[in-house]
Amino acid sequence: MKVSLFIPCFVDRFYPHVGVSIVKVLERLGCEVEYPEGQTCCGQPAFNSGYWDEARSVAEHSLDVFAGSDVIVSASGSCGAMMKVFYPELFKETTRHFDALKMAAKIYEFSDFLVSKLGVRDVGARFDGTVTFHDGCHGLRELGIESQPRELLKHVKGLTLIEMKEAKTCCGFGGAFAVKFPTISTAMGEVKCASLLETGADCVVSNDSSCLMQIQGMLQRQGKPTRCLHLAEILART
Amino acid sequence: MIAFARDFKKAAARVTADLKQRAFIQRALGGYEATRDTTRRKFQNWSEARQAASEIKWEAVNRLDKYLQEFIAKLEARGTRVFVAADAGQARDYILRVAKENGVRSIIKSKSMTTEEIHLNDALEKEGHSVFESDLGEYIVQLRHEAPYHFVFPAMHLTREQISDLFQKELGSEPTNDPEALTMIARRVMRQKYVEADMGISGANFAVAETGMISITENEGNARLTCALPKIHVALLGIEKVLPRLEDLALFLPMLATMGTGQALTCYNTLYSGPRQPGEVDGPEQFHVVLLDNRRTELLADSEQRDALHCIRCGACLNVCPIFKNIGGHSYGTTYQGPIGSVITPHLRDLQNWKHLSSASSLCGACTETCPVGIDLHHHLLQNRHNAMREKPHWWEKFLYTGFVFLMCRPGLYRVAGKLGAIFFPLHKFVNGTPLDPLQNWTRTREFPSPARESFTDFWRKKKLNGEGNHGAH
Repeated sequence: MKVSLFIPCFVDRFYPHVGVSIVKVLERLGCEVEYPEGQTCCGQPAFNSGYWDEARSVAEHSLDVFAGSDVIVSASGSCGAMMKVFYPELFKETTRHFDALKMAAKIYEFSDFLVSKLGVRDVGARFDGTVTFHDGCHGLRELGIESQPRELLKHVKGLTLIEMKEAKTCCGFGGAFAVKFPTISTAMGEVKCASLLETGADCVVSNDSSCLMQIQGMLQRQGKPTRCLHLAEILART
Repeated sequence: MIAFARDFKKAAARVTADLKQRAFIQRALGGYEATRDTTRRKFQNWSEARQAASEIKWEAVNRLDKYLQEFIAKLEARGTRVFVAADAGQARDYILRVAKENGVRSIIKSKSMTTEEIHLNDALEKEGHSVFESDLGEYIVQLRHEAPYHFVFPAMHLTREQISDLFQKELGSEPTNDPEALTMIARRVMRQKYVEADMGISGANFAVAETGMISITENEGNARLTCALPKIHVALLGIEKVLPRLEDLALFLPMLATMGTGQALTCYNTLYSGPRQPGEVDGPEQFHVVLLDNRRTELLADSEQRDALHCIRCGACLNVCPIFKNIGGHSYGTTYQGPIGSVITPHLRDLQNWKHLSSASSLCGACTETCPVGIDLHHHLLQNRHNAMREKPHWWEKFLYTGFVFLMCRPGLYRVAGKLGAIFFPLHKFVNGTPLDPLQNWTRTREFPSPARESFTDFWRKKKLNGEGNHGAH
């Protein structure tokens, strides 16, 4: 299967190893991976701040970049939700509405692609350690992704998944929210960190690097050794 | 104008620094979640119940003109006086006039957020009427001269010790830690107030159009006394409270109790249909129903956000909201706190002064997921942000996002900018955490990741050059 990768802007720059891991896993599963190099950002920062005209311009660029793709796999549930859920909303009553709907139909978040589209649960990965999983809110509530990453983790040899109490509670990132309301964002992060530390797991895993940026930033500041890994980084290990 | 936003941030900072209060609220709402889940499982099919509730509210709200007329006609047929108030001022004036014309001195109230919305207590007290809240939680916050903390649990932020101290100070009672004893202290005071009151003021949870009745849900029995004992009963309710049929209550009463408090049904659910009828031996001599618009019709005219009027004020969205749990109810500075408050306050008051509440959200969607009537709460927060910026963009944000578009639509330039950022990022350590740090809103409490030397795009280009190509491993 030919797959186009969508590597969100901040993953491209701050977490390139997440993209590298996704390529590894997809190629291991026999996918033909391509990466349209014209891609930039999904436009979510502008959209979430209320600047929808600006968001639309950036989104239009993405529609063009991925026009030739059959299947798009997103490294982030949040950016995936932007394209799958909010693009059709953003382009409502415009000439690009149909294109937005077409894109929405072919984009998958990474774990959802593996489980729902490829029907794979065991990707042949091995990871020795205990992990706890954090659900990124956009993946969880906009895209309905809850069981997929857990199914994948359960089939990783040597890995023990310990659920935290607040798995589905927001980490407090929220994009611009994190810097517009830093005290609230931090308080939410504290609740999240306390809950994941309570599990005693070696690693916190998520399918969204943006949440991990918040969680890792807080854990590091608190001097905690718990590591933050994207799901793909676990699945890439053999 | 920015004053409201500044107050909000200050109040939120105060509460987030108060670890004790946050832990207390988290624990209380943790208990709520557990009982709510147990009760919700008793519904044969919760998602269908939600769907049905949403459809009924949709029908009521989208045909509000018809159902309101029916409701009013039925009420008037049994001798109830109905007043439709366009705004808070009209509602206050009407109630004040009724009080004045009847020589009312003492007023007893049962829990009503709509009366909070129009600041009725202040207006009544200013005219010399004494006003007593009879709901225990409301009575406690009234004694503290405070606004309700949560529109279902007004005094949830207070410990038993704090309440005991308050009662000692205000009522001269003995100290006690026992909730029942505390309730008895309030009850002794309250019983006397009931006897003295010549007017009872209530809200309403639902208004049944088919039969012309208001429905009140409660646990303490105080609303029954408020509505039945004094010679005048005034009920104030928003126009969106209407339900088409009596049988709709069969769904909404258990739903409200389940999501509101985790109970299958609250202890008392009462329907009020009019003043004392000829031949009846009790009940109020006068029954007034004040229907409040107060800009609800403007929300009704907004086809994108009309469903915010479906709200049954169960408070479920507050109880699951990570923002509410960490900043508490008073930080909002609104009558209705939490996600629903952030959605409707810009409509009920004004957008520019209250838009910050819509920005103060990570858009996690826990509210939308839990809402029993299916209001798309967190998407409405996005819509509010959009409306606010469309009406009046911030100049610096407009500048920022214009630059953002310029860069993001030019991949070549974007890559160069990213590379430059990565090259110069090491300089950041010299300002990290200082007031000169452009990232200080992040770095004050969190580490910021360093950009990678090699971006994914760089990796991909190399991979292609090395001839590994984009073929599968097989």
